[in-house]
Amino acid sequence: MAQGDVGALGVVAALALVALAVLLSWRGGLGLERSMAWASARALIQLLLVGVALAAIIDPSRPIALSWIWVGAMVVFAADVARRRAPEVPGLWKLAVVAFAATGAVTLGVVFGLRIFPLEARTLVPIAGLVIGNSMNSTVLAARRIVEELRDRRLEVEARLALGQPAREAARPHVRAALRTALSPQIETTKAVGIVFLPGAMTGLILAGVDPLDAVLVQAVVMYLVLGSAAVATSVIALGLVRRLFTPDHRLVRLTRPAER
Amino acid sequence: MIRAMTVPAPLFAFEGVAVEGSSGTLLAHVDAELPDAGITVMLGPSGSGKSTLLRLCNRLEAPTSGRVLFRGDDLAACDVLAHRRRVGMVFQQPVPFGGTVRDNLRVAAPTATDGEMTDALARAHLTAGFLDRIASELSGGECQRVCLARTLAAEPEVLLMDEPTSALDEPARLALEGLARELSADGVPVVWVTHDLDQAARIATWILRLEAGRVGASGPAGADGPG
Repeated sequence: MAQGDVGALGVVAALALVALAVLLSWRGGLGLERSMAWASARALIQLLLVGVALAAIIDPSRPIALSWIWVGAMVVFAADVARRRAPEVPGLWKLAVVAFAATGAVTLGVVFGLRIFPLEARTLVPIAGLVIGNSMNSTVLAARRIVEELRDRRLEVEARLALGQPAREAARPHVRAALRTALSPQIETTKAVGIVFLPGAMTGLILAGVDPLDAVLVQAVVMYLVLGSAAVATSVIALGLVRRLFTPDHRLVRLTRPAER
Repeated sequence: MIRAMTVPAPLFAFEGVAVEGSSGTLLAHVDAELPDAGITVMLGPSGSGKSTLLRLCNRLEAPTSGRVLFRGDDLAACDVLAHRRRVGMVFQQPVPFGGTVRDNLRVAAPTATDGEMTDALARAHLTAGFLDRIASELSGGECQRVCLARTLAAEPEVLLMDEPTSALDEPARLALEGLARELSADGVPVVWVTHDLDQAARIATWILRLEAGRVGASGPAGADGPG
């Protein structure tokens, strides 16, 4: 067994920590025992399924087209998750598909175009997953904040429209505020990396026996990818949402609060 | 009483205008014409559709059916951004933008000089000293006058005022009414929405009365008019 390998026994042992969490929830009367147990079991099953599928797809003897299909499915699935997490945002599914596709195109283009990593199934699927998965949070946050801002600051937006400002210009201060809110957690995380916590990719690499310095370099690339993808995804969402929330003749559409739906 | 009188060369004409909102009918088949001078008051209780009718005039609202004409041109076919600069609007709540009063005026007139901005302030009875004040720190009355100055900075030909005095105290209210009178005397027709009969009697030269999304009456203000 190599030094980073985890056997089935290891996973079972790690489940002791889940048991501890369940115990703490029960003692504290949080009522989260069932959902914790379910989430842990579900995550393990999902990861096992993904592992089996990944092993089949990234086998060097298979065509890389299979990996691209996988990436496409990730985009669609991530958009569906975004839509369900922010149901108050009109037309989010389509916008999110475009945003994640654009994010994938830009970041994968940089990573493989500049040969940071070689383009292989082994690198394509995990990197696409990393980029899309991480930009999902910022995308949902940005979409929600933009809708909230334009709904709650309707008077100000209409005052700007009434002065003859085009929709995009009238929305700009509010979109800017929303994007700042959506991106700042990512920026804060990036700043705290290494000092406060060692991020997942790096921890995983070190545990798997990779030289810490090499792990650091990979982690730096990962962080920049995550930051860049969040910026691309939120910008695309902002552009798309402004088009969606204003009519072609520069009127702000009616936006209801989630409770009113 | 004369009902829905016609007007030669109207400022705004509404032809069979209906507006459906998410909660029901806001306006049901409005036919009316507004004169191209003086102060037209759109009068009615809350929920009568008067603000919706006003918002149709600068296309912050679009009719579900029917047409709105501005000096004979259908608003559905016009350049809406240019139209909104010709037809300025002051809202019920003063809405200051971030920054100073100068920053606020720049939104309306990006290339205006300090002299031009001072002129706009003067038309709203504010001194040049206001230019460097932070807009959000002004009193309600001052802020509403800054909003009026901001609208005037774009040099509109027409002024729409949507219950502009409802958030103001008595002296500020009378001051704003006086300003509207001066502007209309200077050749800028004013369309003013209110539910206040006394206010309508003080300022209106023409009154359009709305009741439950329909025109109740329309005609010149005065003893024999609908006011």
